[in-house]
Amino acid sequence: MTFRHDIVVIGAGLAGLRAAVEAAAGADVAVVSKVMPTRSHSGAAQGGITAALGNEEEDHWEWHLFDTVKGSDYLGDQDAIEVMVRDAPRAIYELEHMGVPFSRTREGRIAQRNFGGHTRDFGKAPVKRACHAADHTGRVVLDTLYDECIRRNVRFYAEHSLLSLVFEKGRCAGVVTYDLATGAILLLRAKAVLLATGGCGKVYRTTSNGFATTGEVFDLAYQLAIPLQDMEFIQFHPTGLYPMGLLISEAARGEGGILRNSLDERFMERYAPTIKDLAARDVTSRAILTEIREGRGIGGKGYVHLDLTHLGEERIKEKLWEIASFAKIYLGIDPAVSPIPVAPTSHYVMGGIPTDSDGRVLADGKEAAVPGLYAAGECACVSVHGANRLGCNSLLDLLVFGRRSGEAMGEEVSRTEWIDLSFNPEQRAKEALGTFIGREGNESADIVRRSMQSLMMDYASVFRTQGGLEKGLEGIKELKGRFARTPVANKGRTFNYELMEAVELQHQLDLCEVILASAFHRRESRGAHFREDFPGRDDNSFLAHTLAFKGPDGPEMSYKPVRITRFQPQARVY
Amino acid sequence: MLVRLKISRYDPEHDEGPYYRSYELEAEPSDRLLDCLNRIRWEQDPTLAFRMSCGHGVCGSDGMRIDGICGLPCQKLVSAFDHEILIEPLPVFRVIKDLVVDLEPFFDKYRSVKPFLITQSSPPEKERIQSQEEQREFEDAIRCILCACCTASCPVNQREETADYAGPAALVRAFRYLFDSRDEGAVERLALLDRKEGAWGCQTLWKCTEVCPKEIPVTKEIGRIKRRLYETRKSGK
Repeated sequence: MTFRHDIVVIGAGLAGLRAAVEAAAGADVAVVSKVMPTRSHSGAAQGGITAALGNEEEDHWEWHLFDTVKGSDYLGDQDAIEVMVRDAPRAIYELEHMGVPFSRTREGRIAQRNFGGHTRDFGKAPVKRACHAADHTGRVVLDTLYDECIRRNVRFYAEHSLLSLVFEKGRCAGVVTYDLATGAILLLRAKAVLLATGGCGKVYRTTSNGFATTGEVFDLAYQLAIPLQDMEFIQFHPTGLYPMGLLISEAARGEGGILRNSLDERFMERYAPTIKDLAARDVTSRAILTEIREGRGIGGKGYVHLDLTHLGEERIKEKLWEIASFAKIYLGIDPAVSPIPVAPTSHYVMGGIPTDSDGRVLADGKEAAVPGLYAAGECACVSVHGANRLGCNSLLDLLVFGRRSGEAMGEEVSRTEWIDLSFNPEQRAKEALGTFIGREGNESADIVRRSMQSLMMDYASVFRTQGGLEKGLEGIKELKGRFARTPVANKGRTFNYELMEAVELQHQLDLCEVILASAFHRRESRGAHFREDFPGRDDNSFLAHTLAFKGPDGPEMSYKPVRITRFQPQARVY
Repeated sequence: MLVRLKISRYDPEHDEGPYYRSYELEAEPSDRLLDCLNRIRWEQDPTLAFRMSCGHGVCGSDGMRIDGICGLPCQKLVSAFDHEILIEPLPVFRVIKDLVVDLEPFFDKYRSVKPFLITQSSPPEKERIQSQEEQREFEDAIRCILCACCTASCPVNQREETADYAGPAALVRAFRYLFDSRDEGAVERLALLDRKEGAWGCQTLWKCTEVCPKEIPVTKEIGRIKRRLYETRKSGK
């Protein structure tokens, strides 16, 4: 079956929907999603969206720019960050005009709260910059953007997995999808395709990410000879609910929550004397794990306490309702009475498919745009987050670059003619799926997946070493061999999750190899990438973006310079 | 601990109708019911079908009937059960496979209430001003995750002759916009709601409120829509 749309967006999270809303003004737009509408993982974002509105106290986009550059450990491209932070107030007002139910100040303006790494006057003290709707900001923005898509008659292909990107004469000319409900394979022809599929948290055992956040699109691009940029930079959020790892938003600390060790010490005072519990996430995650390693975890175990008891029941109910409900449901804890056990959890990938600031995918990672192919949001790397993303900058990234991608695609499709395909992409996809169904062997996908997730935790999480990364790379090779002997037992056509998970796992194993190899070759520590054997930042050798290309024997690294406009790298102290 | 589940199964490619199958597995007391379903699928029976995504009660994917009551298995810990747990698909909706139901009619009803801000005036340069009190009017309603547990539990939606009733989830979204001080679409919204398939379909049976995984006072909000309709009619005369 073939359908035609001017633009096909893959992913129905905030980046995809914001792009769809923008492009639907002048083009026929379809959105493909693995899950039903409003189920995408953007909805799990809790804390807010940053913009220097100055509703609560003085703030300036230049301060936001500096904080983001410093937060990125000077790896973010400063021209792109400037685009984002200058556009931030407009992006927020636009959401408010669409109907997003932001929390309010006493004057009836959009309320703002503190968030890690966001400061006044170039690092002097925390500033209230995160616009929020209590602690379910992502969900209400997702709902509002979906509602906008309904108003604009955007077509949804829900519960469709992306199988392949279709290229003809160097142009992206559509996608092939798998309809989970029927097992049908569809060709969606398009003049422009946007990849907006989010991250890959599910390659780790402990993650805040949902089950659908598997990350196959990274490998789909990589297999097409598009490089992956900065994939060694994986953010571990400091406060995952222990032991599950689900997100306890930084909003908890933004509202005044404090991290404590087994001695009841406010230990962040030692790691970030100026802004303490509101330090950037990489710094805070390392601090928590250092406390645990040195024996000051609670009861000697692998977690510390997030103490909200001094905030009072009323404030918790008003500002942190969701978080309180998680603590109650999963641990039986009332955070107004007892502290919450937390430990770092895999949360976000700073790296991704390299794009320019209009979402155009860069085939060489530098300047050569791939005609018809765009990426935005977590799966893309503009790069605005560099080596470490600040909290609440991701929703901003999705909105700003989602919109810009939508605008650029609208412009491109208006001057692009349909081209005929010289091959049958559905047939190719069918054959590829057939190889999974026809496989023989006695390995189990479940065991391979769990081994991969454990391996990534052991060797590619917060603390890394050369020896560990080597072991990780060897381990992934072995797992690839085992996965080739993993049959798909379910031959059904209706909701065959096993088949789709096999496709995902194949991509994930390649993706893990890219993450491990990128980390192996970066022999310094910067942002979320901390090498115990190279604990210092090395600007002489590594003030550069990693580009991992697919080679005959695995990933091959090259590097490109960081774009520095205003702020020269300096020591990063909070 | 040993967890025992009795799960409703149906595969349209092979089965005439639904049947039950029992499963057992060892789990930690702190495991979610959803973890058990996943492990059954990964370790015992790869054909078992159910929806899920976020795993912690935010996305609304995994609504199903647990021991006869609609809820989210990602919000239930196995330690709460000391008996064989009965797992069935949401009622009201057509079963596609096992625990997966056809939610298109649910989203159709959702879309029918104009779930978007309606304004005639052009927006200001910055944000519209809305007081904290005005925002509080609908802050419970915006917790809705469209899991469909309320609509599936509603006896009015369950009866075939009144199945056209928009249902609590759609009405909560209608409430959210009707009571948003920034919305200027009250006239057309009220016209949509002033029908037996709209707010008047509600018979105040409280089932929706009982099951809501986000503790939204659903019945009260529908009641406020009815009062608003009543007052509008009265003032109109």
